[in-house]
Amino acid sequence: MLKSNRDPGYRFLYPKQYRQGELPMIRKLCLITLGLLGTSVAHADWALNMTKGVTELSAETYDLHMLIFYVCCAIAVVVFGIMIFSLVQHRKSKGAVAATFSHNTTAEVIWTAIPVVILILMAVPSAETMVRLEDSRDPDLTVVITGYQWKWHYAYQGKDVEFYSTLARESNDARGKDSGIDVFSVDNYLLDVDRPLVVPRGAKVRLLITSNDVVHAWWVPKLAIKKDAVPGYLNEAWFRAEESGVYRGQCAELCGKDHGYMPIVVKVVEPEEFLAFVASEHDEKARVASAN
Amino acid sequence: MSSTTHSAEHHDDHGPAKGIKRWLFTTNHKDIGTLYLIFSLTMFFIGGSMALVIRSELMMPGLQFVHPEFFNQMTTMHALIMVFGAVMPAFVGLANWMIPMMIGGPDMALPRMNNWSFWILPIAFGILLSTLFMNGGAPAGGWTMYPPLVLQTGNAFPFLVFSVHLMGISSIMGAINIIVTIMNMRAPGMSLLKMPMFVWTWLITAYLLIAVMPVLAGAVTMLLTDQFFGTSFFLAAGGGDPVMFQHIFWFFGHPEVYIMILPAFGVVSEIIPTFARKPLFGHDSMVYAASSIAFLSFIVWAHHMFTVGMPLTGQLFFMFSTMLIAVPTGVKVFNWMATMWKGSMSFETPMLFSLAFLFLFTIGGFSGLMLAIAPADVQYHDTYFVVAHFHYVLVPGSVFGIMAAAYYWLPKWTGVMYDEKLGKIHFWASAIFVNLTFFPMHFLGLAGMPRRIPDYSTQFADFNMMASIGAIGFGLSQLLFVYIIIKAARGNGVKATAEVWDNPRGLEWTVPSPAPYHTFENPPTIKE
Amino acid sequence: MEKKNPDVEIGTATFTRRLLLLAVAMFGFGYLLVPLYSVFCELTGFGGKPNETAATVVENIDENRLVKVEFVTTVNEYAPWEFSAAVADMEVHPGKLYKATFRARNLSHETKVAQAVPSIVPVQAAKYFRKTECFCFTQQAFSPDEARDLEVQFIVDSNLPSYVDTVTLSYTFFDTARLAQNN
Ligand SMILES: [Cu+2]
Repeated sequence: MLKSNRDPGYRFLYPKQYRQGELPMIRKLCLITLGLLGTSVAHADWALNMTKGVTELSAETYDLHMLIFYVCCAIAVVVFGIMIFSLVQHRKSKGAVAATFSHNTTAEVIWTAIPVVILILMAVPSAETMVRLEDSRDPDLTVVITGYQWKWHYAYQGKDVEFYSTLARESNDARGKDSGIDVFSVDNYLLDVDRPLVVPRGAKVRLLITSNDVVHAWWVPKLAIKKDAVPGYLNEAWFRAEESGVYRGQCAELCGKDHGYMPIVVKVVEPEEFLAFVASEHDEKARVASAN
Repeated sequence: MSSTTHSAEHHDDHGPAKGIKRWLFTTNHKDIGTLYLIFSLTMFFIGGSMALVIRSELMMPGLQFVHPEFFNQMTTMHALIMVFGAVMPAFVGLANWMIPMMIGGPDMALPRMNNWSFWILPIAFGILLSTLFMNGGAPAGGWTMYPPLVLQTGNAFPFLVFSVHLMGISSIMGAINIIVTIMNMRAPGMSLLKMPMFVWTWLITAYLLIAVMPVLAGAVTMLLTDQFFGTSFFLAAGGGDPVMFQHIFWFFGHPEVYIMILPAFGVVSEIIPTFARKPLFGHDSMVYAASSIAFLSFIVWAHHMFTVGMPLTGQLFFMFSTMLIAVPTGVKVFNWMATMWKGSMSFETPMLFSLAFLFLFTIGGFSGLMLAIAPADVQYHDTYFVVAHFHYVLVPGSVFGIMAAAYYWLPKWTGVMYDEKLGKIHFWASAIFVNLTFFPMHFLGLAGMPRRIPDYSTQFADFNMMASIGAIGFGLSQLLFVYIIIKAARGNGVKATAEVWDNPRGLEWTVPSPAPYHTFENPPTIKE
Repeated sequence: MEKKNPDVEIGTATFTRRLLLLAVAMFGFGYLLVPLYSVFCELTGFGGKPNETAATVVENIDENRLVKVEFVTTVNEYAPWEFSAAVADMEVHPGKLYKATFRARNLSHETKVAQAVPSIVPVQAAKYFRKTECFCFTQQAFSPDEARDLEVQFIVDSNLPSYVDTVTLSYTFFDTARLAQNN
């Protein structure tokens, strides 16, 4: 090893040592190229594309994204194809003589009409998904989320459980300009918190989102939720996670100095585990109360 | 510029004054055009240096160079300077130089106002840049200035508002001047529909400017009175609504996007026919398309706010209206495509930049269409996907349009051909680096990287590295641009003919190169 | 200029003046957007703002329908209040007048003035949530350490769309000191 661990600029030259389970840069580049040629790269273990997520709606969102992406690709192939053909064939150096036409009503009507049709076809599934996104009725659990400069507060409605969630210690120690800590050595650098939001798997969780100070946005890609937290206003969102696991996200609306340092972690657990979590929260609260 | 020698031909008494006074008090549209262009280029480099601060910090995860506070100042200032200082003044400069010549008029209709509208700009940006040295630093709440965050700005806050006012006044005066010039200074026989596309797109742009710049001025004035004079337009505590600011801002902001791209459409519509040696396809439908884009731009604003919490009907409306914009935009792209079809193309630097515009702006259009899909926008919003999108329409879109225009008309301005070889190198370097910078940002956004963050999780490291390398390369390539311009401006190159290019259309090619200090004092005759 | 373009209809000075006027008018329009926005919000429920002045409504009770009304309370910017709803939620019949109580306590040793800002989700329900009396209609002054109950009387309009089964009413307590300072 010529370069020290502290020099991430050269990391991609030594892929194996550094990142197990990730692909070397060169292979990534090749895959990107392939991906652009139409090969599906969604299964790769590193993120290049939008996540499918772990809820029905996140999968639907992903499908919409891919649909519009492929539509754009198809249009691009046609339009760029014609242009490239023209660039190759109709060049002066090849002796091309310029035609003089400057109108063609039929063509103009066609290329106005076709996009309209494509757009209508796109709009229908989008609208359907949107209707479902809005339907937050009959939740199993409601959590009030409040954005703070620069942390989140979670309060479980009717459960008497509430807490702040801030950037995890390890990340916080490493984030300073002169911390002397290699951020590559920190697990989930900037994406870890001290206390995650714990929710049961399979439950419909309704989120009520507001803010204490400035506008923030609560975003967890795997849940396909991004909602602004506006002071004085309540916003609503919901999800039903199908798989247990830990899902990470970040504040997505510029909220000042430490906007980049207020991550979100949602831990989806089995329902029994969730009940245990609530119970332990109550025990903890009682313990603190009796200690005072 | 070296126009003195030529003005001697007929008007030795009308030549430019000597020294600094010429520039301070000039009312000549060509001088003012030059001032605008030089100012814009300067701002392009200042804003560009800020972009490089941003990209250097983001090159690797972990903080290396700046603190988060300063990083936010850089993103905010970079945007304000590039939008209001680089792109918009560049187009006004082009309009000043070219519109009178293209419509056969002797000068702008309001030459004195023209002088003011320019000289307000250096003052506005002097004020804005001075905030960097103030207590609390420069504005750091983003160029969108959303309250309540923007109200946390330090001493810079009133200066931010005041400089935005000045920028607004400058562009409104410029816009008024352009409209009156186009409507009243045309040579006899130059009917509206005969006007070149660049003039048309600028006419529409100027109306957009008058319509929305005052709204922005109003919005920032409300911020100012909220902060200092006890109003509560946006303070929830006093019955106001912070979200309303976002509505008003984007009511300005979306037309603003077209203010920055429509003149580039015009430029490209001038250049492609010249180098395809074929008339512009569908001139009239181009005019209608540009007008419909301008109209639609007023009813799509809330697509910037899909995550803010809107009733379903609102989301649906803004989604559909936004998607509709793809139709006239598509018409434009197809018309350019048809202009090239069966032409006899050659690929000088202006054409290369126009072609890159065509391809890369279209990519920006595609990502724009994706962003219009409200449910998917939930995942894209405020991520690097958005950053990639608007940089694709602004850099290889607007900025390439400006560069294409600069190369296209430089021989007319300076009287000599620019260095074609260097021009091509500049083009290829810019085109490659612009993609290296902004294409990976699509992946970053889709993978979950929010925008406006100074540091990020290690999984985003590779693409950020690529983008940063691209940005540095792009920045360095622009030094070549300056060199090429200076070389031409010094008259160092092959003498240009009046036509410059191969039988181009347009009145500007009927006057000698360099264009005399005064042109068309007697209106030309317009051929049928 | 010897030859004039025959298309020119308005003189330069007049035209300039009209365009300037247009610019000034658009500046005014920016301000006009403020009341327009309120009207727009009232019509569509955009923003989830319920009425901010007392509504006069006639009871028209729908005994067959029950709607859940939830309460959420927030204190903005760490202002020194304890503020909570007496009950987390209640089941109401549309068209019937109800009263809900909130508890607030000034945690500081100075007089503090609060303004409660209401917000409702789903936003579609906002215009059907009518308050006949509310502590949020006016500013609330609290003497040092004072605790007191605050009341809201409301009626959920029986026209509330049938797909809405839960209405969440949120109140955020803002310290008005900042506003007052400026006035
Ligand atoms: Cu935040």
